[in-house]
Amino acid sequence: MRQMLAVLTVVATLIGLWYLACIPMNMQGVLVEAERAGAEVSPPDAAVRREMGGVSLALRNGFAVPATWAQERPRLPAPHQVAVELWDTTVMKKITSKRSLVYHGWVTLSATLLGFGIGTVLGVLLAVGIVHSRVMDMSVMPWAIVSQTIPIIALAPMIIVVLYSVGVQGIIPKAVISAYLSFFPVVVGMVKGLRSPDAMQLDLLRTYSASKGETFWKLRLPASMPYLFASLKIGIAASLVGAIVGELPTGAVSGLGARLLAGSYYGQTVQIWSALFGAAILAACLVGLLGLIEKTVLKRMGMA
Amino acid sequence: MNGTGQQPELSSVVSAKGLDLTFQTNDGPVHALKDVNLEINKGDFVSFIGPSGCGKTTFLRCIAALETPTGGSLTVNGMTPDEARRKRAYGYVFQAAGLYPWRTIAKNIKLPLEIMGYSRQEQDERVRNVLELVDLAGFGGKFPWQLSGGMQQRASIARALAFDADILLMDEPFGALDEIVRDHLNEQLLALWARTGKTIGFVTHSIPEAVYLSTRIVVMSPRPGRITDVIESPLPKERPLDIRDSAEFIEVAHRVREGLRAGHADE
Ligand SMILES: Nc1ncnc2c1ncn2[C@@H]1O[C@H](COP(=O)(O)OP(=O)(O)OP(=O)(O)O)[C@@H](O)[C@H]1O
Ligand SMILES: [Mg+2]
Repeated sequence: MRQMLAVLTVVATLIGLWYLACIPMNMQGVLVEAERAGAEVSPPDAAVRREMGGVSLALRNGFAVPATWAQERPRLPAPHQVAVELWDTTVMKKITSKRSLVYHGWVTLSATLLGFGIGTVLGVLLAVGIVHSRVMDMSVMPWAIVSQTIPIIALAPMIIVVLYSVGVQGIIPKAVISAYLSFFPVVVGMVKGLRSPDAMQLDLLRTYSASKGETFWKLRLPASMPYLFASLKIGIAASLVGAIVGELPTGAVSGLGARLLAGSYYGQTVQIWSALFGAAILAACLVGLLGLIEKTVLKRMGMA
Repeated sequence: MNGTGQQPELSSVVSAKGLDLTFQTNDGPVHALKDVNLEINKGDFVSFIGPSGCGKTTFLRCIAALETPTGGSLTVNGMTPDEARRKRAYGYVFQAAGLYPWRTIAKNIKLPLEIMGYSRQEQDERVRNVLELVDLAGFGGKFPWQLSGGMQQRASIARALAFDADILLMDEPFGALDEIVRDHLNEQLLALWARTGKTIGFVTHSIPEAVYLSTRIVVMSPRPGRITDVIESPLPKERPLDIRDSAEFIEVAHRVREGLRAGHADE
């Protein structure tokens, strides 16, 4: 209860700050509109106003403050504008509509999940190889690390172009970029997890003459579970970023990335912000879902 | 002595001749075992005692093929330790219980049974039997963290007893337990040894524990790790706890203490 109160206080403070920030951010635009509508604005000279800061303008034109929260195309939309847009484009629109955020969210989500699946499987397989083979440990790990130092923004267009030239397009290129971002945390976490059993736990199996396979299934794999889940949570968030980034360079018409791009073309800031929040909410849901699965699995394993 | 000339009960289980083991470390070689000679016969209860770092654990690990000697010869049941390991000759109890946290107590005890390919039914039966043996009946469904340290240690002993290894190697299994629990487990261990006729190698830091349990006490000393004395216990096989107040017992304990002192004086 008390915790709830604390959380709500923080949220309310953030929203309050956001509303405050809207005033100076949007004041210039509001005053231009107000002047056009015949209101008296101070100072009256538009050229002078352009040189002034948003805060001092707001102090001299108190009457215009409410309008900064209700513009059509604000520089910074107010929280309730984003909320209304989110509501309109999710609940009020048919999911099949091109304007439905649920539709766009699903397009991105499906690429995210596919990429996350590929990345996870790849990451786990690589980790198993790295732990069992010295050659792989020395040859794969450095490349995996190098792969993550290349900015994805630079790499994404190339992946898309290369795949397009061999006739692959649609969800696959986006999933590949997703997988590219998500396999890394899985490799790192899984290698650490598979190596987490201590010498005594391994010696115990040696006294039973257990095979490498038995050691893997009965000791290494169960011991790696907490590590795996921690990496999966990072991996899925990275997957979502990858899918969105994958939608940007193609001029894709659907997906959260496409909404972001279209919004910035047409100066639809409310649309950009609602797509942004849509992505954030999606990420939170995915991570939360993984957390739930983690809790259930570890509890059943007696480790939570 | 027994006229027939055949002495099957005295057949050698572990035979070490001139055993050497040097660890190569960053600060130069560490002579963990030097010229160790020891015969352990079938059914013996042999305790290893000596100051920290004298190679007790190392010797036990050599027998279990967890460590490879750098010199001398070591056979177990007439085979190399590695062959004996593959024949599953050992039950090893480590200093810490080392139960797998994601397995219940019963499942922990089943671990070796699964690997050795026992049938489901046989597994269940054996788990039930050994749990009773170590006084843990009814705790099979609990996870390790739900048990006290002493109970966990008993579970790890049960795990080593669940399959039919005829050699039981125990590295300070009761080191972390309180005196009363320790006495109780000592009694149980002796009863188990009498019933199963296993050959037991037992590392301890406690002189009374060594004297109470063993048929032979091996006194070791460090730098380099070596055997300085082997004391045959004159105590009867049947040993109630109050045997520890008998003159014989005190006499043996005194000899062990003298042996340990001599080892220290050498340095
Ligand atoms: N893996 C290893 N690498 C290098 N040196 C080791 C290794 N294992 C043991 N040693 C060294 O060998 C010597 C004997 O160690 P060991 O563990 O057998 O002693 P111990 O008699 O069991 O001692 P304690 O009573 O403290 O358990 C020590 O000097 C130790 O530092
Ligand atoms: Mg030791």
